[in-house]
Amino acid sequence: MPISTFKGGIHPPYRKLSKDEKIEFAPLPDRVFLFLTQSAGAPPKRLVEQGQDVKTGQKIAEISGFISSNLHSPITGVVREIKKMTHHIYGKPDEVIVIERTGEDEWEKMEEMDWKDLESKVIIERIKEAGIVGLGGAAFPTHVKLTPPKDKKIDTLIINGAECEPYLTIDHRLMLEKAEEIVEGIRIISKVLGNPRVMIGIEDNKMDAVDEMKKHAEKYGMEVFPLKTKYPQGSEKHLIKVLTGREVPSGGLPLDVGVVVQNVGTALAVKEAVVNGKPLIERGLTITGGGVKEKKNVVARIGTQIEDLINFAGGFVGNVKRIVLGGPMMGIAIPNTTLPIVKGTSGILVLTEEEIDRGVKRNCINCGRCVEVCPMNLMPNRLYKLTYMKRYDQAYEEGLFDCIECGSCTYICPSKIDHVKFIKLGKRVYSALRRGKK
Amino acid sequence: MRTFEVIPAPHIKDPDDVQKIMRDVLISLIPVTVFSGFIFGWYAWVLALVGIFGGEAIEYVIMRFFRKQKNFKSDGSASVTGLLLALNVSVKLPFWAFLIGLAFALIVGKHIYGGLGTNPFNPALVGRAFLLMSFPTAMTSWVKPSFPKFWLSPWDVQTTATPLGILKEHGYSAVHTGYLKLFFGNVGGSIGETSAFLLILGFIYLLIRKRVSLHIPLSYVGTVFVISSIFWAVNPEKYGDPIFHILAGGLMLGALFMATDMVTSPITPKGKVIFGIGCGLITMVIRLMGAYPEGVSFSILIMNAFVPLIESATRPKKFGYGGVKKNG
Repeated sequence: MPISTFKGGIHPPYRKLSKDEKIEFAPLPDRVFLFLTQSAGAPPKRLVEQGQDVKTGQKIAEISGFISSNLHSPITGVVREIKKMTHHIYGKPDEVIVIERTGEDEWEKMEEMDWKDLESKVIIERIKEAGIVGLGGAAFPTHVKLTPPKDKKIDTLIINGAECEPYLTIDHRLMLEKAEEIVEGIRIISKVLGNPRVMIGIEDNKMDAVDEMKKHAEKYGMEVFPLKTKYPQGSEKHLIKVLTGREVPSGGLPLDVGVVVQNVGTALAVKEAVVNGKPLIERGLTITGGGVKEKKNVVARIGTQIEDLINFAGGFVGNVKRIVLGGPMMGIAIPNTTLPIVKGTSGILVLTEEEIDRGVKRNCINCGRCVEVCPMNLMPNRLYKLTYMKRYDQAYEEGLFDCIECGSCTYICPSKIDHVKFIKLGKRVYSALRRGKK
Repeated sequence: MRTFEVIPAPHIKDPDDVQKIMRDVLISLIPVTVFSGFIFGWYAWVLALVGIFGGEAIEYVIMRFFRKQKNFKSDGSASVTGLLLALNVSVKLPFWAFLIGLAFALIVGKHIYGGLGTNPFNPALVGRAFLLMSFPTAMTSWVKPSFPKFWLSPWDVQTTATPLGILKEHGYSAVHTGYLKLFFGNVGGSIGETSAFLLILGFIYLLIRKRVSLHIPLSYVGTVFVISSIFWAVNPEKYGDPIFHILAGGLMLGALFMATDMVTSPITPKGKVIFGIGCGLITMVIRLMGAYPEGVSFSILIMNAFVPLIESATRPKKFGYGGVKKNG
């Protein structure tokens, strides 16, 4: 079924190097580093002390606010150290629990559930207990998304299998290998939301995943839609626009237009939490890029150090310059490999000199490509100039906070201008100035 | 511990850059530049080469010694300005005068604002306006086209009037230049403006390479067509017909290569159309009522000044503002 597409977007080289690699289990790490902040919102309250023994799946930090999530020990061992570190994703100081493994997994699981006869409330409570967050990258606590305010009627559940970031293939592999479980997870989420229309969106460069998902999903009345392969097709707002024609209002949320969006990996985690009683202590991710020997899709424990995973993938090859958590368009570069993966890490991307463009930065020549590709219909050239000139109020007027930071403008710019960097900075400064005024 | 660079996303970039854009513009101007020597004699080629290399040399001096850029890497825009200026002057202009005009174009037209991207006016047209005022005789005497005798020098050839000049002086009934001659460009005029055919050919190359859009040329030429049609219908003895107005003078060079300069034209598609219509209107006002026979370069310069206003008036409608109503 041909589906119309959204305005703008780009076609970077996809380089899905690992799309044919079966998902493997990474070896159990000897040590894990767990930042308390694993999701958007408030960091949870720590429950363990130094020297304490913990079991796999044991809750070690507890929800501390409305938007917050539980944290569980991913291995069986002893809490070796509790220290302060700067969070490599959120850029804020945070507490890290270092756990040293003492042996094989001794599980502390929750009871298994037959969700079909359960009330929504009970299921949401379980999802909250299991510490599930959105695994697409933003890591928003899932139980919050599934508890819309009473006055918002949810009529559509969209499952995001677009995986529009170049290089990443974990969602693709999950849909190929675990379609049945994902679909069960979707059924659970759908029940919680009062059985809305379910739409599954997958980019059409993964037609095998489309077929596999159709095979398992259509008998439950879910619809699977191949989407045009274009970045940022997996952006929540654009997925909603393409599939339902609705436009999430500026500053609003998907539930303002009656939609909830969940990633395929999240659906799988929901299934495992509800059906198998397993908290979120591991996740699937892609290890890829020109600088890593074997491209892999793996399931790894949260908190595993990046170097353990890179070693598992055969180590570095070539002139490695940059290591990125997430995809190349929105991922975050990290300074060294001792840092751990977090719940939101969808991939480890090892980039070589050859994969990184080092064009000369020049003045904006007004070519207009950034405006052409901006999926939010903004004028990135102006937002860049306005924030550069510290005219934050005017930048705000022109949609500074509507920017979804997808990076399309910066990707396409022939003058190699870092629009996104300035826009992110502008957002922070504007917010800080606003707080100062109050 | 091995460390890696921490640079904000995105981590991959499109390989295209400003230099490649400028190179494509130069390539697109090759046919018309080569042809110009065959109509106006070898000196046209001298001016074109002086434009390309002189432009780069002046740019280098400015960047290296005045703006103190130690690792200066040319973006190629100075050679584009140089070549375009060469195409916009008469072959009667001595090369030293041309160089002065080029230096003026690059310094006053571009660098005093902060260099490429910050200039409000098309630098080549700023240079042309300067030359027109400083060397009025050389800039407005046109050699008789002598295709294909490229060995002739401009001092040996007699001068002629351009078709637009004849139109201005004696009315349309005195013009005896056929469309075909105008289309292929064996007529008097500036070095690079005469051959509509080769200009279009070059422009098609830019279109294929996705360097330009059709908005400005179509709205510009369309406006000229409409206005000249009205006047011609009223008095065909006095006013030129629309095809003549489109093919004669600098309209093609202006609409395809000067008005479409990215830096000095609006970014939004709607803005581009407004810009093109404005250029067309002013061109026709000058051609029909002004003192000069030709108004392309002034129309573009005037419209350049309106670009910021046009842009802020035609900002695209942002995503999430009143597309579909809130639900519930």
